[in-house]
Amino acid sequence: MNHYETVFILTPVLSDVQMKEAVEKFKTVLTDNGAAIVNEENWGLRKLAYPIDKKTTGFYTLIEFDAEPTIVAKLETAYRRDEKVIRFLTFRNNKFAAEYAAKRRSLKKAAKEAAAEAPAAEEAQTETNA
Amino acid sequence: MAQAQSEIRYLTPLSVDNKKKKYCRFKRSGIKYIDYKDPEFLKKFLNEQGKILPRRITGTSLKFQRRVARAVKRARHLALLPFVTDLMK
Repeated sequence: MNHYETVFILTPVLSDVQMKEAVEKFKTVLTDNGAAIVNEENWGLRKLAYPIDKKTTGFYTLIEFDAEPTIVAKLETAYRRDEKVIRFLTFRNNKFAAEYAAKRRSLKKAAKEAAAEAPAAEEAQTETNA
Repeated sequence: MAQAQSEIRYLTPLSVDNKKKKYCRFKRSGIKYIDYKDPEFLKKFLNEQGKILPRRITGTSLKFQRRVARAVKRARHLALLPFVTDLMK
C-alpha cells in the first residue's frame, strides 16, 4: 500500500451538479478497485495560469488515497476516457509528503472545527449580553 | 606631490568582501517537503519570466533545489504556475 495524491481539472462549462457527478465517478473508480480515500478537497473554479484547450478556468479537485500501485493506471485510463477532464496529475507521496499531507489535513480539520465553534461562541456571547 | 595624487585615500575602508553569507532556507527553517499547491511560495524561486532561479542566487542546497524544481514542475503542469510569462511579480 502506498499513499497517492491526485489532482484533476474539469472543464468550466459543467454545472455544479455535473461537476460533482464527475468527481463522484472518479471516487467510485478508486473505491471499486480497493483504494481507501483519505482526503478530498474541492478547490472550486480557479483561474489557470495559461489556457488549456482554449479554456482559462477550471474546477480543481484533489483526492488523497491509499492503494496498490496497479490502481493508478486504471484511474488514469478513466481520466483519459473522460473528455470533461482537461488536466490530471497523480503521484506517490514519499514519507515527507505524507507527513506534510497529514499535517495539512489536521490543520484543515482544526480550521473547520474552529469555524463551527465560532458561531456557537458568538451566540453564547449575545445571550450573555442580552 | 605627484605621489600624493596617485595615492587615493578613503575615510572608511572599502567593503569588498562584505557580502552576506547565503544559506539554504529549507535547512534553516526545517522544511522537509515543498508543496506544489502553494504557487505564491514557489514564486520566490522563479524569475520574472517564470524560470527557476539557479542555486547560486537563491542559496538553496542541492537537495532542496531538486525538490523545488519538482514542485515547480508539478505546479506548472496543473496550471498553477505559468511555463512562460512576462512580468510575473
